[in-house]
Amino acid sequence: MGRITLLETIESAFSAKTWAIVVPAIYDTLYMVLFTTILTVFFGLILGIVLVTTDKDGIYPRPRFNAVAGGIVNGFRSLPSMIVIILTLPLSRLILGKSYGPKACIIALAVTCIPMFGRLVESSILEVSKGKIEAARSMGAKNRDIVLKVLLPEALPSLIRSFTISVIAIISTTALAGTLGAGGLGDVAVRFGYSRFKTDILLAAVLVMIVIVQAIQFAGNTLSKFILKRRHLI
Amino acid sequence: MARYSTHTTEFEAKHCDAGHFIRISNLRKTFRARDKNFAVLKGIDLEIDRGDIFGVVGFSGAGKSTLIRCINRLEEPDEGEITIGETEITGLSKQELDRYRQKIGIIFQHFNLLDARTVAENVAFPLEIAGERKDRIASRVKEILELVDLSDKTDFYPGQLSGGQKQRVGIARALANNPDILLSDEATSALDPQTTLSVLDLLKDINEKLKLTIILITHELNVIRYICKNMAVLEDGLIVEKGSVRSVFGAPQSETAKLFLRIDAGFATFGWQDGEGI
Repeated sequence: MGRITLLETIESAFSAKTWAIVVPAIYDTLYMVLFTTILTVFFGLILGIVLVTTDKDGIYPRPRFNAVAGGIVNGFRSLPSMIVIILTLPLSRLILGKSYGPKACIIALAVTCIPMFGRLVESSILEVSKGKIEAARSMGAKNRDIVLKVLLPEALPSLIRSFTISVIAIISTTALAGTLGAGGLGDVAVRFGYSRFKTDILLAAVLVMIVIVQAIQFAGNTLSKFILKRRHLI
Repeated sequence: MARYSTHTTEFEAKHCDAGHFIRISNLRKTFRARDKNFAVLKGIDLEIDRGDIFGVVGFSGAGKSTLIRCINRLEEPDEGEITIGETEITGLSKQELDRYRQKIGIIFQHFNLLDARTVAENVAFPLEIAGERKDRIASRVKEILELVDLSDKTDFYPGQLSGGQKQRVGIARALANNPDILLSDEATSALDPQTTLSVLDLLKDINEKLKLTIILITHELNVIRYICKNMAVLEDGLIVEKGSVRSVFGAPQSETAKLFLRIDAGFATFGWQDGEGI
């Protein structure tokens, strides 16, 4: 049996046959990433704001609540994503009626990503100087005003960076979830590339993921820099 | 709109020390750390007249900042009373306090402007908080930026401004809601002498034009001398001297006031001999 050369593998990685398998997987991955991102941003933002404001030095200090919330977040974060996904599959079954496929996976993915994004939001918001918050308070601003008019706008460039990091983490977690019945590029890479020694398909799937991640990182950096430049902070 | 009135009523004329716009009595504040308490204000009594420019001097740690921050309750006093006009602000509820704060402007050493907002948007901020209408905000912002001579910087971001310009924006922002009082928390301490002078001139100007009462804390004697009418010397949480600037520095009694003058007279005339210091 002739050995397949590296060149042949690369050639094959760009063949129509390979892409017939990879392209639908791209669609699945983007689908999962998109909806997981929406859930993660929404709940992670709320979580981050809650963590900052209820801190004992926050604008709405509730130290005991904060300690409990922080503990829960740490609990989720200390588990490997794979374990959290397995643990949350029954939740998907409860909500969607099934525990496999891209849709079911979104919930599991969101559960692993929300605590992470929440912590990133927290640290972004903590960069806003206390003086600005105090100035707002001295004008009679309510907590709602402080969050919406001071904390979030001031932290925006940093929040965008946190968001970029999270989307990339979501992509890699999605690939992981792919192997647990979610489908997508991770599933293709493992099922064909690893289990069936189809290195060409593995290569194609990996290339696509690299391109997606690079594009997102670039977009995030550019946007964040654009805002900082507009504000003349760099 | 703030509902309290700052006009002296008949009742006030009869029952309170007539004429004093701001009265602080027995103000105490202790900061609690884990194993130690720091008494920062140990019973402050102070009266300030309407339209005054009142300076509080003291060295670091004397409690100046805590004192001025008690006036708009950025710091909650433990004990004592602060009355402005006929409103006892130490007794206000949270909602009342928010409304009342709109009538007290404050400027800071580090300006604390919002980087995400342009000059005009920064000045509009307190008006938004107060729930002003959009068109009202626009006209008020224009008016107030003219007053602080920043009309040409309307759409600039704070990141594009010099320290002096930033403090002007800070002043404009503090004045937006037509306050009765302006607090200045070391507002010129981060500025160079020349910029300090122009900011002080501006404060003097608005004190006259708007009949605004200004309370400022500083560790710079020159600031006091340049714009204050009356002053108090704070030493270790207590007022050790108060009166007109002329009377206090004309015949200083307290260690702090004497030391301020000696420093002012210059290191050159005092401390050249082998580490004797000033």
